[in-house]
Amino acid sequence: MNKVVSGADEAIRDIEDGMTLMLGGFGMCGLPEKSILALVKKGVKDLTCISNNAGVDDFGIGLLLHQHQVKKMISSYVGENAEFERQLLSGELEVELIPQGTLATRCMAAGYGMPAIFTPVGIGTEVAEGKEVRNFNGKDYLMEMAFDADFAIVKAWKGDRLGNLVYRSTARNFNPVMAMAGKVTIAEVEELVEPGELDPDNVHTPGIYVHRIFQGENYEKRIEQRTVRKKN
Amino acid sequence: MLDKEGIAKRIAKEIKDGYYVNLGIGIPTLVANYIPDEVDVILQSENGLLGMGPFPFEGEEDADTINAGKQTITKLAGSAIFDSAMSFGMIRAKKVNLTILGAMEVSENGDIANWKIPGKMVKGMGGAMDLVASAENIIVAMQHVNKAGESKLLPKCTLPLTGINCVKKIVTELAVLDVLPEGGFRLLERAPGVSVEEIKKATAGKLIIEGEIPEMVI
Repeated sequence: MNKVVSGADEAIRDIEDGMTLMLGGFGMCGLPEKSILALVKKGVKDLTCISNNAGVDDFGIGLLLHQHQVKKMISSYVGENAEFERQLLSGELEVELIPQGTLATRCMAAGYGMPAIFTPVGIGTEVAEGKEVRNFNGKDYLMEMAFDADFAIVKAWKGDRLGNLVYRSTARNFNPVMAMAGKVTIAEVEELVEPGELDPDNVHTPGIYVHRIFQGENYEKRIEQRTVRKKN
Repeated sequence: MLDKEGIAKRIAKEIKDGYYVNLGIGIPTLVANYIPDEVDVILQSENGLLGMGPFPFEGEEDADTINAGKQTITKLAGSAIFDSAMSFGMIRAKKVNLTILGAMEVSENGDIANWKIPGKMVKGMGGAMDLVASAENIIVAMQHVNKAGESKLLPKCTLPLTGINCVKKIVTELAVLDVLPEGGFRLLERAPGVSVEEIKKATAGKLIIEGEIPEMVI
């Protein structure tokens, strides 16, 4: 079994206008930056993007927004992006803001084969509008549906040709749950290794969830808020 | 009257040994600087880390290691990394003992608004709705009045809500108050040099004053 493709262009070759994509990452951290660049180059339009954030003006999903390739964003937090805010306020872009844990758990539900979840999050707020409420043991819960995405695109630290993935530090974030949730899952990795090199006890995403994998070159791994302390 | 550091110092006294704590962005982040050494706490960052440490030394930043405010941070010995679904799973399951966050408005029944100003600000709720819907103990760190001089402690929130009946305690530059289950802000402490009268004037919601109100000890 070999899921390795030549690169980002081949990995995203059949992503078409109007499709729904999940994109891993938290801000710039753990972002599938090579696949996003390939989507920008391909010029596919009317995408629905499920991703925690919407990138910054000149990096990540911000690049897709700049070229008006995104019809709808489904995110929890979209600050730090002026073009995004402009498109939203002018009505060019549709946006669904949902709580971060609900976003993650709706991905998880898809990956676990469950149609919906019940969560206390959003009860009594505008997030609950139009949604079914069920009471369990005296407390109200909202029904939230599993996501249905054509493609999930994730970034891992290491992976092998069978699709097994290992993430590094907090670049893990949404990547494992999204990897489980796509009809087709694309993984880009910093290092492609031989089967057997990853310790089976420490594989984060089992290869069964991954359909295509490639090694990206020269990761930029941009830092959004560089905060440091001085020695002494 | 307290400055931001003062608010953070006062809140740090609420943190008990053995707590798992989630700190929001802004003043709550500063609280970490004032937790006494003898109080053993583990900080949770909802992007997937338990055991968050201080900012890295210059030159040691790691793009893969950030907090929920997207700042570069470090991991302490004994830290653990997990994905976003598990992170909010532990929050909803009430494993995190205390959440400290900022707010634009709090109402006298404990409702909180901090994610949206219709027509003006469209940044999103991030993890705030998950945290306030789930935490057993929520402390709000904020200014008592907004930039226009209007009270942020209200009978009822005017902005879109983040959560309902959830705030337990509020620390501002003027006072420490708790939110009573039957409704109302109960004044517990005054900031140094601040009178009860000044707090009354700055509080639009129902303020409950029982006996002498002590000055804060920081």
